[in-house]
Amino acid sequence: MTELGTAFDFDAESPILVMEALCKNYQLGSVQLRVLREIDLTINSGEYVAIMGPSGSGKSTLLNMIGCLDRPSSGEYLLGGQSVADLDDDELSMIRGARIGFVFQSFNLIAQLNVVENIEIPMYYQGWSERDSEERARELATMVGLGDRVDHRPSELSGGQQQRVALARALSNDPLIILADEPTGNLDSQSGADILEILDRLHGEGKTLIVVTHDENIATCAERVIRLFDGRIAQEEFNKER
Amino acid sequence: MVFFRLKRTVKLGVKSLWMHRLRSTLTALGIIFGVSSVIAMLAIGEGASRDAQEKIAQLGSKNIIIKTAEPPEDQSAVGQQQTLREYGLTYADAERFQNGIPDVQVIVPNRRISQQALYRNHRVAIEVIGTVPWYPEISNTRVKFGRFLGSTDMHYKQGVCVVDERVVKELFAFDDPLGQDVKIASDYYRVVGVAAEAIQAKGGENLEAKDATGAEKAAGANVGGIYVPLTTVKERFGEMSLQITAGSGGTLERIELQEIIVQVRSINMVLGTRRSIETLLSRFHKKNDYEIVVPLELMRQARDFQRIFTIVLGSIAAISLLVGGIGIMNIMMATVSERTREIGIRRALGAKKRDIIFQFLSETLLLTLSGGVLGIALGSAVPLLVTHFGQMRTVITTSSLLLAFGISAAVGITFGLYPAYRAANMDPIESLRHE
Repeated sequence: MTELGTAFDFDAESPILVMEALCKNYQLGSVQLRVLREIDLTINSGEYVAIMGPSGSGKSTLLNMIGCLDRPSSGEYLLGGQSVADLDDDELSMIRGARIGFVFQSFNLIAQLNVVENIEIPMYYQGWSERDSEERARELATMVGLGDRVDHRPSELSGGQQQRVALARALSNDPLIILADEPTGNLDSQSGADILEILDRLHGEGKTLIVVTHDENIATCAERVIRLFDGRIAQEEFNKER
Repeated sequence: MVFFRLKRTVKLGVKSLWMHRLRSTLTALGIIFGVSSVIAMLAIGEGASRDAQEKIAQLGSKNIIIKTAEPPEDQSAVGQQQTLREYGLTYADAERFQNGIPDVQVIVPNRRISQQALYRNHRVAIEVIGTVPWYPEISNTRVKFGRFLGSTDMHYKQGVCVVDERVVKELFAFDDPLGQDVKIASDYYRVVGVAAEAIQAKGGENLEAKDATGAEKAAGANVGGIYVPLTTVKERFGEMSLQITAGSGGTLERIELQEIIVQVRSINMVLGTRRSIETLLSRFHKKNDYEIVVPLELMRQARDFQRIFTIVLGSIAAISLLVGGIGIMNIMMATVSERTREIGIRRALGAKKRDIIFQFLSETLLLTLSGGVLGIALGSAVPLLVTHFGQMRTVITTSSLLLAFGISAAVGITFGLYPAYRAANMDPIESLRHE
């Protein structure tokens, strides 16, 4: 186990995520596309942040940056006090597995695995023992209300249930950040509400949540809404009632 | 931890393959047939080789067999209705071998005459083999019941004989042959022993392209043998034999001995002695009326022949394995592009490149190794069927099983690496977007 996987002792008071002058450019032929321009962003532990913005505003790219799926062209990115900008592929994989819990719009469960096995995936790559990871996966399944369906395949579950499995999977490694990309985008309103309720609950338990969405309903749930436009942070607002 | 990881990867692989049962089975078929053809072909090749080797070994690796051969037709004899042809090995030759060549340990002169044997009212074609008491040791002929000819039989020119198993089967049916009297030509011979079937030292067949010897021609293709003391044969049959040639009457032939088996003291003297015999014979035989068969040389030829045979069979089988391997690679490439999204998900959830490589490689290996195991089962069954229905000897060696298994593993790794590498190097962001 590397020092990444296990405990890392960073000051709980210090911000969990820091971006400084972060830029991302794509080279399209001779044209340079500047997708993210000088993003400065600080997120503290336990915050519930919604990132909003129209298509093409750089939302997805920022999400990939935060999720360590991509590297910035310039600028600094500290996740849990550690600089991520110049890690190699294996180290990025480690960080994703240990510190980020992904929730996707289209659930992204693996079809040939059942509920428990899907929840186990991040723990598997972190080297958990089979017994420990299965026990934890069952607990998490129960927590999201699917304790009686642990042997079901994704195809045997409704969309809302699948997204709950995905949430359980995102929680399995006890990540620093739960990163959700349009988590209710493919769901009917009732299932969407269920998911939002679970997110709320997690926030109540002190988890750090970052949700990328263009659903204003989600935005009202979050403590803080960051609006992107043309690759810049155009507006930042705090919901006082939260 | 590596072990547990391996176990779970294998479990995962089984699950993925199980999801596409038909596809996995069809893919594995290529390996199954490849591996089974390797095993079956090697088994058939090995069986044929051992058969040949054993037959030759039975002729004796320390032996040199000199046989009478019909010489090319004399010009003077052409057109004559009936002639006396005199050729072949003589008692003098035997004596010269015994006394004139240093490394000779023992010699066995044989007279072979094609005849019919009568017992009760059964009559079968047989070959009378006039020989000496020490024939069995030299020729590896086993005496199964009773005894072989003895020196007393020789000395008193007794009317006794030893029949081989084929004669027993054809002539005596259910009677015990020992002590019975068999009539050959105009005389009776008492059976004193039963010997295992004799192996003919044929220079021809598939090993050496030479004419069959006179003795064999006279004896016909395949008949049982009856061993009689050489002295008795000499006395009762004389040295003449009448060859009836088609249409124009016959030819009277005078042949003293059909065969002389020379045994040398040790194997490394065989080739030298062969040369001495050749020199000696060429001095006394003006006509080319003899032929020398050296089992040791035949054995070497058989071994060379076998090697070529194995290479050819092996190459055919290897090509089928190669085709199977390409089939596997093809399917794995399709699988990888089909599961692009899964790869993206796994990468996002913390899988390193090598985890992805390991996953796909283990799937390919599972396919090829299970194909290999099934192929070994099928490949072991085929030779049994060949032996049962084709009356061919087959030998499945452990090394061929290991080879087949090793090849299937190698095919799995070779053809699995590239698809796995492709999978691992996909961009996780792109893969996640893949529909």
